[in-house]
Amino acid sequence: MKPTSWLAIIPFIGMFAGPILHNSVTPFILGMPFILGWITIWVFLTSAIMAVLYWFDPVRLTDKEDAR
Amino acid sequence: MNIALVLIAIATVFALVLGIVARSRHEMSLEQWTVGGRRFGALLVFLLLAGEIYTTFTFLGASGYAYGLGAPAYYILAYGTLAYVISYFMLPKVWTYARSHKLVSQPDFFARKYDSPALGVLVALVGVIALVPYLVLQFTGLGVIVQAASYGAVSKSLSMIIGAVVVTLYVVISGIRGSAWTAVAKDIMIISVAAFLGFYLPIHYYGGIGNMFAAVNVAKPGFLAFAAHGQSLSWFVSTTLLTALGFFMWPHTFGACYTARNEAVFRKNAIVLPLYQLVMLLIFFVGFTAALVVPGLKGAATNISLLKIVVAAFPPWVVGIVGAAGVLTALVPGSLIMMSAATLFARNFVAPLRGGQSDETTVLLAKFLVPVVAVIGCYFAISGSSTIVALLLMGYNFVTQLFPALIASLLPRNPATKEGAFAGILAGVGTVVFLVLTHETIGTLLPGLPDVVKDFNVGIVALLVNLVVLVVVSAVTAGRRLPLASQPTK
Repeated sequence: MKPTSWLAIIPFIGMFAGPILHNSVTPFILGMPFILGWITIWVFLTSAIMAVLYWFDPVRLTDKEDAR
Repeated sequence: MNIALVLIAIATVFALVLGIVARSRHEMSLEQWTVGGRRFGALLVFLLLAGEIYTTFTFLGASGYAYGLGAPAYYILAYGTLAYVISYFMLPKVWTYARSHKLVSQPDFFARKYDSPALGVLVALVGVIALVPYLVLQFTGLGVIVQAASYGAVSKSLSMIIGAVVVTLYVVISGIRGSAWTAVAKDIMIISVAAFLGFYLPIHYYGGIGNMFAAVNVAKPGFLAFAAHGQSLSWFVSTTLLTALGFFMWPHTFGACYTARNEAVFRKNAIVLPLYQLVMLLIFFVGFTAALVVPGLKGAATNISLLKIVVAAFPPWVVGIVGAAGVLTALVPGSLIMMSAATLFARNFVAPLRGGQSDETTVLLAKFLVPVVAVIGCYFAISGSSTIVALLLMGYNFVTQLFPALIASLLPRNPATKEGAFAGILAGVGTVVFLVLTHETIGTLLPGLPDVVKDFNVGIVALLVNLVVLVVVSAVTAGRRLPLASQPTK
C-alpha cells in the first residue's frame, strides 16, 4: 500500500471521534446540534483528504492519459 | 383530479418519454440493457451512482427518521461519505477485473474470482433477497406521495399499485439508459426542492435553522443527541460501519460500476460525491421542523412527515412539484432495482441451474420477471408497516455479508477459499435471518454483556460471524490444495 493511502483512515476516526467523546446537543456548530455539525464538518474534510490522497497517488498520472 | 396530481402525472409521463428516447438510439442486447455497453463517461456513472443517494430513502426516509427518532438519523449523513473513501480503493479493482472478463453482473464477479459457479448462485440469491426490502421502500414512498398529493382521495394500497405499474412500464421500455438520463432530471429537481424546503421551512416557522434546532432541543430534550440505550452511540457507530461497507455491495450499485468508461472515474467521484451528500442535511432540517410543526405521527406513519409539512405550509401546486420530485426519486432507483433483481434471477440463478441457456432466453426471462418482481414488492409494501429507513437497514443486513469475500478476492493473494467464502456468506445471512425472525438482539441472547455491545446493529454481529467462519473454513480447506487466488488478479 502506498504511504499516502493511510490518510484514508482519518475520515473514519474523525467521523466517530466527535460523537464518542462528546455525545451532547451543545455547543451548536453552524446552527446545528453538536454531533450533526461535527459530521457535516467531516464530510468537507473527507472530500479534502481524498483530494490530497489523489494528488499524491502516482496512479493520477496514468488516469490523465486514460481520460482524453 | 387536483393540480398536485396533475403535476405528478406530467412528471411521470416525462420520465417515460425520456426512457423511450434514450432507448430508440440503441439496440438492446443483454450488455446494452444492463450495463449500457460499458461506455458511460464520468458524468453518467456519477449520476447512476448518485442515483443511489437521492432515492425515496433520502427524501421521505431520512426526513421521517429525523422526525420520529432524532439523532439516529445522523448516520445517514455519515455512512455514504465513508463508503466513498472505501470506493477509492475498491471500485477501480472491481471495474478492471470486470472489464477484462466481460462481466455483466455482481454474481459473475464472485463466480469468476473464486472459480465457483455455486458461489455465484449464492451471491445472486443474497442479492435478490436484499433487493426486496429496497424495492418495497420505493413503492412505499410512491404510495405515500400519491396518497398525500391526492389529499387522501386515493388510498394507500391503490397508490402503491399505480406506482408499481409505472415503474414496471418504465423498466421494460428503457433499460439502464433511461435510468441514467432520468437521473439527471431527478437530481436537478430533488436538489432544488431540498434546498428550497430545507431553508424556507425553518426560516418560515422559526426564523432560522439555529432557532429551529434550539426550539427542538427545548421541546424534546435529548432528541438531538444519542440515547444511553437502544439506538445509542454504539448503534450509531456499528450501523454507520455496516452501511458504509455494504454501500457498493448492492447488486445494482456494483453493476452500475461496470458502466464506467475508465477507472479514473471512481477516484474522482470519491472526492466529489461526499459533498453531494450534504443535500441530506437540508432534508434533515425539513424533518426536524416537521417534528415541531406537524407532530403526532408514529412508526411507519413518519414516512409521510415531509409531505405533511409541505401540505400544511404550501398551496397544492407546490405539493405537486414536491410530489413530482419524489416520484422521480422512486422511479429511477426502483427501475434499477427491479431490472437488477430480474436479471440476477434469470442470468445468475436460473441459467447456471439449467445450463446452456442462450442470452436471448435470458433477456426474455428477465423481462418476464420484471412484473413478477413488481407484484412481490407491491405485496410487501401494502402488507408491511415499516419505516423506510428500517426497510433499507434490513437490506443492508443481508447485502453487507458479501463484503468480506469481495475484499479477500481483491487482495494480491486471496486468503479465502471458495468454500470459506461460501460458508462465510451463508453463516452471515443465516445469523441475520435467525436474529430477525426470533426478534433477538445481542442484548437478549447474552444479557451479561455491557450495553455498548448489546446495542450493536445485528448486521454487524452477523458480519463478525461471517468473518470468523470465512477464516476458519478457508484455513481448513486451504491445506488441501493451493489457494485459488494465486492466479494473477488481471
